[in-house]
Amino acid sequence: MTAPLLSIKNLTVTFPTPKGPVEVVRGISFSLGRERLGIVGESGSGKSMTGRSILKLIRPPGRVTADEMVFDGIDLASLRERRMRALRGARISMVMQDPKFSLNPVMTVGEQIGEALKTHRPMPRRQLRARVLEMLEAVRINEPERVADLYPHEVSGGMGQRVMIAMMLIPEPDLLIADEPTSALDVSVQAQVLDIIDELVRRNGMGLILISHDLGLVARYCDRILVMNGGEIVEECAARDLDKARHPYTRGLLAAMPRMDEDRDELPVLDRSAWAAT
Amino acid sequence: MSAVRDWLLDDSPASRLQASLGRSWRSFSALMRNPLAVAGALIILALIVMAVFAPWIAPYSAIGQDLANRLAPPSALHWMGTDELGRDIFSRVVFGSRITLMIVTMVAVISAPIGLLVGAISGYFGGWTDRVLMGLTDIFLSMPKLILALAFVAALGPGIENAIIAIAITAWPVYARIARAETITFRDSEFIAAVQLQGASSARVILRHVLPLCASSTIIRVTLDMAGIILTAAGLGFLGLGAQPPLPEWGAMISSGRNFILDQWWVATMPGFAIIAVSLGFCFLGDGLRDVLDPKQRDGR
Amino acid sequence: MSAGVVAGQAARGVAGIARFALVVAATFLGLLAITFFIGRVVPIDPVLAVVGDRATAAVYEAARERMGLDRPLLVQFFSYVGDVLTGNLGQSISTGRAVVDDLGRFFPATLEMATVGILIGVALGVPMGVTAATRQGSWADQVIRVLGLLGYSVPAFWLGLVGLAVFYAGLGWVAGPGRIDIFYEGLVEPVTGVYLIDSLMAGEWEVFRNAASHLLLPASILGFFSLAYIARMTRSFMLDQLSQEYVTTARVKGVPERRVIWRHAFYPIRIQLITVIGLSYASLLEGSVMIETVFSWPGIGRYLTVALLNADMNAVLGATLVIGSVFILINKASDVLYRILDPRARR
Ligand SMILES: Nc1ncnc2c1ncn2[C@@H]1O[C@H](COP(=O)(O)OP(=O)(O)OP(=O)(O)O)[C@@H](O)[C@H]1O
Ligand SMILES: [Mg+2]
Repeated sequence: MTAPLLSIKNLTVTFPTPKGPVEVVRGISFSLGRERLGIVGESGSGKSMTGRSILKLIRPPGRVTADEMVFDGIDLASLRERRMRALRGARISMVMQDPKFSLNPVMTVGEQIGEALKTHRPMPRRQLRARVLEMLEAVRINEPERVADLYPHEVSGGMGQRVMIAMMLIPEPDLLIADEPTSALDVSVQAQVLDIIDELVRRNGMGLILISHDLGLVARYCDRILVMNGGEIVEECAARDLDKARHPYTRGLLAAMPRMDEDRDELPVLDRSAWAAT
Repeated sequence: MSAVRDWLLDDSPASRLQASLGRSWRSFSALMRNPLAVAGALIILALIVMAVFAPWIAPYSAIGQDLANRLAPPSALHWMGTDELGRDIFSRVVFGSRITLMIVTMVAVISAPIGLLVGAISGYFGGWTDRVLMGLTDIFLSMPKLILALAFVAALGPGIENAIIAIAITAWPVYARIARAETITFRDSEFIAAVQLQGASSARVILRHVLPLCASSTIIRVTLDMAGIILTAAGLGFLGLGAQPPLPEWGAMISSGRNFILDQWWVATMPGFAIIAVSLGFCFLGDGLRDVLDPKQRDGR
Repeated sequence: MSAGVVAGQAARGVAGIARFALVVAATFLGLLAITFFIGRVVPIDPVLAVVGDRATAAVYEAARERMGLDRPLLVQFFSYVGDVLTGNLGQSISTGRAVVDDLGRFFPATLEMATVGILIGVALGVPMGVTAATRQGSWADQVIRVLGLLGYSVPAFWLGLVGLAVFYAGLGWVAGPGRIDIFYEGLVEPVTGVYLIDSLMAGEWEVFRNAASHLLLPASILGFFSLAYIARMTRSFMLDQLSQEYVTTARVKGVPERRVIWRHAFYPIRIQLITVIGLSYASLLEGSVMIETVFSWPGIGRYLTVALLNADMNAVLGATLVIGSVFILINKASDVLYRILDPRARR
């Protein structure tokens, strides 16, 4: 096996609080090839912090330490902000959670997508515009000409998220982090958006980190799964082996998943006593 | 001592009194952790002490003239020098604290209740009452305050009482806006409905249940406004429209020192420092109060 | 964009303008009501002021009737509104001229000072606010915070006096009170009434320099107060912006920090800032009352205070009306600008 695309060892994220420093990510390690990795866990388990520390976007007073954080042979941990910036967007990119808040309200959609590309590859306006329209088409937006000139508040949530995907994929990065890309969307468009991500990631042969609290969704779209709880990785397995998971937390999550072919009256509630003692 | 603290911080208070005392204690200790707020509180405490004990603190009389000793520079005898009539400036500044304290208290006592009442009535009844009252409030809000106060004083005649009235007239609309906004947030809540069901009259609901809930945001705002009130009052004094000589009002003192500013700078400068210190004190305390009592409002004025 | 959409927008625009005009008119009427009320409650009897206190009852009554003071209050109010709208604000007893003419002569001086003041305030305040927000907690932030609080606690007239003592008497960097040295007075034909512009148009460099040197200190003091306010507001807007998700999005894209700050964080708030600057400008017009008194600046503020001391009510109310109207207009106009410029509000 060749060197992995991303390799992380002992990543820790700490925030100072009035009651002393709190570790929200506690020394996790994992590596990733050009594959699709899912990270699941309940709210507050440190998933987003993990994703953001890969991009070195944890702002002070938050602190990130790691024994190793290597992306494609580049040591991210010691990388200067300037060089890191050249990497962001161009090689590692992130789809944010809610298009309502993560798109700039006073720039048109087209401008924002174009900016992502222009920042790394300056090019004439005409050409830029053509690339933007092409990208909008790739995320299955009809009438890209019209949509490019709209402001974010003028597009629907699902369309906004497709715009976000277009923006993050237009510089053709090698790794895409998608942080709950569909949790702010209507159920009806969730699958559509995920299918687009899936298709583009496969087509470009990129790595994907899909962050979600929905185990079923991650199982469907990923090859491998990390389960996080309380800032730690409690389980790591291939998606198809999920039903063989051993950690009680994972089992609890699995049991709480509704299935099509069942007729339970009540979904079981997570029983925290099984692992909380640790 | 620690037993008292534990009682105050008890997570499951046994009585209403304990709960509310505990809450006050928590706010108070949060406030005391904010250095600026502490500084502000100390300054205002000093102002109050100065006002209460002025005759004991001031080394000389505030109005006693000593013409042989006119315009003496600051020295061990006269810490802030003497003015054109030989009066000790430090003593006058000390006695002046009484006037300042009186003005801010009176303005707050007059304008805050008016504003609260207008805002609470407006928010509670809604509809046309609201539209008319808020229209009026908005008109007042978009007027220049200082100019309006000047015009009122011009009409009422110079003097400290009229200055207070004029400032109070221009100060209430802000409190009305705040009280209205607060009232609307809980007008339709269940506890108000419960009180109404018990047959309480509107007046009773407003006075007993609505107004107390608007209190904390109004207190913050009043504290923040104090600096402005002090400045306006001093400005009126400076223009000769507020407190009249020989009253040792700080603004009026600056005005009388104006003629000597180039050579005897201390006459006009010293009272200015007093104004700045006290205004800053209220700003600091107001900022701190807002951070503790109403974190969501931070930084917006 | 289709014709229908354009027409719809235009209709909304017209409705918006109509509503705006209504609000301004109502506020203006409120201002008139207040000045009218003030004019009526003055303890000085306007009739006595005209006829003198030794006039007989018959003469007094005749004068009262002639002045229209026997009519119902509402009628008097409407005739007052009519007078104001036709530019009749009465005579000033201290200058002996029509108040309107006085105001026209004194206004450019105030405008000049307040405008230079706001320019200073914006030029320094906005970058300071942005710096403070992007380096939250740094020493620069602390300094700016203290400056902001001082802006709320230093009396303008005091700062003016101290400024005169230090920069005029002490260091001699600027000229003293007044608008121009006597020596230069009348050298330049007043066209706009704004000395800086008039002297430039006439090509009189000496006059320009002298006027600027008189203007520098009072305008800087006004500038300090607007700077304090603008920096404080800019800082708090920026802090709010910098915590927005879309700012993070820009960083994710690899956008350079300068562009993140100015294009993504600052750009959306420039419209809010226009409102703040408008408010600040309006309050400078108001603040000029104190500063003009200290600097013997022949503007409306000084006109107002002189009139106040002489109980010259026509002049007081006239000046109040003018400053009040400009204040209201700036206030409301910045509101409208906000609506026009922000794509979110244009909906
Ligand atoms: N600035 C901060 N200061 C202190 N604690 C913080 C800060 N930011 C985040 N945290 C804490 O870090 C923990 C992990 O947050 P994170 O956003 O990674 O959770 P998550 O797994 O993404 O949850 P969600 O599913 O809700 O997005 C949370 O408990 C949160 O309270
Ligand atoms: Mg998250």
